[in-house]
Amino acid sequence: MSTAVPADERLLTRSYLRRVLGRPELGAVVGAAAVFVFFSFVADSFLQASSLSTVLYASSTIGIMAVPVALLMIGGEFDLSTGVMVTTSALVSSMFSYQMTANVWVGVGVSLLATLAIGFFNGFMLTRTKLPSFIITLGTFLMLTGLNLGFTKLISGTVSTKTIGDMEGFESARALFASHLTIGGVDLQVTILWWLGLVALATWVLLRTRVGNWIFAVGGGADAARAVGVPVNKTKIGLYMAVAFCAWISGQHLLMSYDVVQSGEGVGNEFLYIIAAVIGGCLMTGGYGSAIGSAVGAFIFGMTSKGIVYAQWDPDWFKFFLGAMLLLATLLNAWVRKRAEATK
Amino acid sequence: MTALVKLTDVSKFYGNIRALEGVSLEVHPGEITCVLGDNGAGKSTLIKIIAGLHQHDAGSFEIEGEETRLSSPREALDRGIATVYQDLAVVPLMPVWRNFFLGSEPTKGTGPFKRLDVEAMRETTRAELLRMGIDLRDVDQPIGTLSGGERQCVAIARAVYFGAKVLVLDEPTAALGVKQSGVVLKYVAAARDAGLGVVLITHNPHHAYLVGDRFVLLKRGSMAGSHTKSQIALDELTRQMAGGSELDQLSHELERAPVPDVIGGKPVDSAGDA
Repeated sequence: MSTAVPADERLLTRSYLRRVLGRPELGAVVGAAAVFVFFSFVADSFLQASSLSTVLYASSTIGIMAVPVALLMIGGEFDLSTGVMVTTSALVSSMFSYQMTANVWVGVGVSLLATLAIGFFNGFMLTRTKLPSFIITLGTFLMLTGLNLGFTKLISGTVSTKTIGDMEGFESARALFASHLTIGGVDLQVTILWWLGLVALATWVLLRTRVGNWIFAVGGGADAARAVGVPVNKTKIGLYMAVAFCAWISGQHLLMSYDVVQSGEGVGNEFLYIIAAVIGGCLMTGGYGSAIGSAVGAFIFGMTSKGIVYAQWDPDWFKFFLGAMLLLATLLNAWVRKRAEATK
Repeated sequence: MTALVKLTDVSKFYGNIRALEGVSLEVHPGEITCVLGDNGAGKSTLIKIIAGLHQHDAGSFEIEGEETRLSSPREALDRGIATVYQDLAVVPLMPVWRNFFLGSEPTKGTGPFKRLDVEAMRETTRAELLRMGIDLRDVDQPIGTLSGGERQCVAIARAVYFGAKVLVLDEPTAALGVKQSGVVLKYVAAARDAGLGVVLITHNPHHAYLVGDRFVLLKRGSMAGSHTKSQIALDELTRQMAGGSELDQLSHELERAPVPDVIGGKPVDSAGDA
């Protein structure tokens, strides 16, 4: 057979625009643009560099977790324990360092191991019991919530940890997890770099590595994946441990920014991460989505939460606006995707 | 000549259910062994044993003369047994080229820069499918957008490309139209001509007889017959497959079925009175 293949008459040329429209994150980008334009008009100070830096910071705190949560959703699973896992991670490093009067970095290291162990527990229970991830991680969520409060009260006698701000190693740990950078006169939180780095890493893994191929496959058809030799269980456990790793980063940021941790924090954040991933184009059923989309989703969250403040609206209404924004963005996302798929 | 795969008196039990008992089967290179049976005859259990998804409880399972107990589909693949399932051969949302290499992705680069060889993957997929005569519109389209026959062909081409010695096909022509079935059977024959041993599971004796060299009939978990093509004619195969004596019994019963006394809660003879 000759190498020159005549063009198939059934293959219609898809314009560059149509190709772009087929991307999973497109709906989110359009939604983000809409939110951006909206707040640019209603809030005078929204477009100032300092405001944008605050918006980016708010986005990054959600975005760091939205990245692995998006990967996990592409892999077909949920994690409801993410919000409190961040707090657990912060509590472990704080209390370990304080109680053992060890260098803060020792606590940070112990916390990494402990958090990864929680992630492993989630993944292991899921793959062993074959129960829905909703149930497994709901269990973990409740257990961690109890443990956070119980242990903190047991050890420090109050609901918050003792300050570790004067301990050895705190300054260098803070430099890594909670420092500020000034670029071009604009003050930027280091979490923004963590966030962008994680998005880039996750995108690379997802689109250009074997593991990425497996993540799409276990979410899109676990039985088919298993039948062609994909290590389905290992992939899922790995995803839960990636979530745990990012919870550790977020937890350390939480600790290093305030040097004390409130043990009841984090409840409810798990939904923000999931929402950011869904707005970013992840299908609730798995097998489809992107890491960049989750970043755009987190950005929408950041703009909404801070935009309401800059617009000087009563913050009591914040949750309502947040919910409405999210719903609108998701609807827009779905509508755009449908249009993109319908017209070739 | 040693068979590529040889099952002797293989049995499988799920708790107190006998799914398969005393089934024997041989697969030789360049031959097609057809496994025929009705729903619940144990065809799926048999495939799952050959594919490494389940282990047999009794009997022997030899691969190229060596007694084996496969622990996973991965091990079966490494031993050269590739299975193409009717419904779960592919991940629908993923592009054709990602599906083609799923589980055996080629990489380039080292260490943290180890990455998928995307260009090679795309090119190989296009070339391999073309070599089997599949004229694919776009390797980037989700495989779920292909027709059922095309999907089967991609799965078969994939198995052939990855050097399978034994190809197990689960009902490849079920749910396909006449023309599409023909296309799939053509690829099955092409795989056979390439020297592979093929196990074709089907409940369509016409398709089986077109391409098969050996026929194993399953009925309610046990073996109802084993023939080579020279030993059996299509009529006889169809008769045995369709239940043979049971079919005679059924037609007998249908002919002489007594008129029921009651239909739809009303006595039959009063139905016309109202």
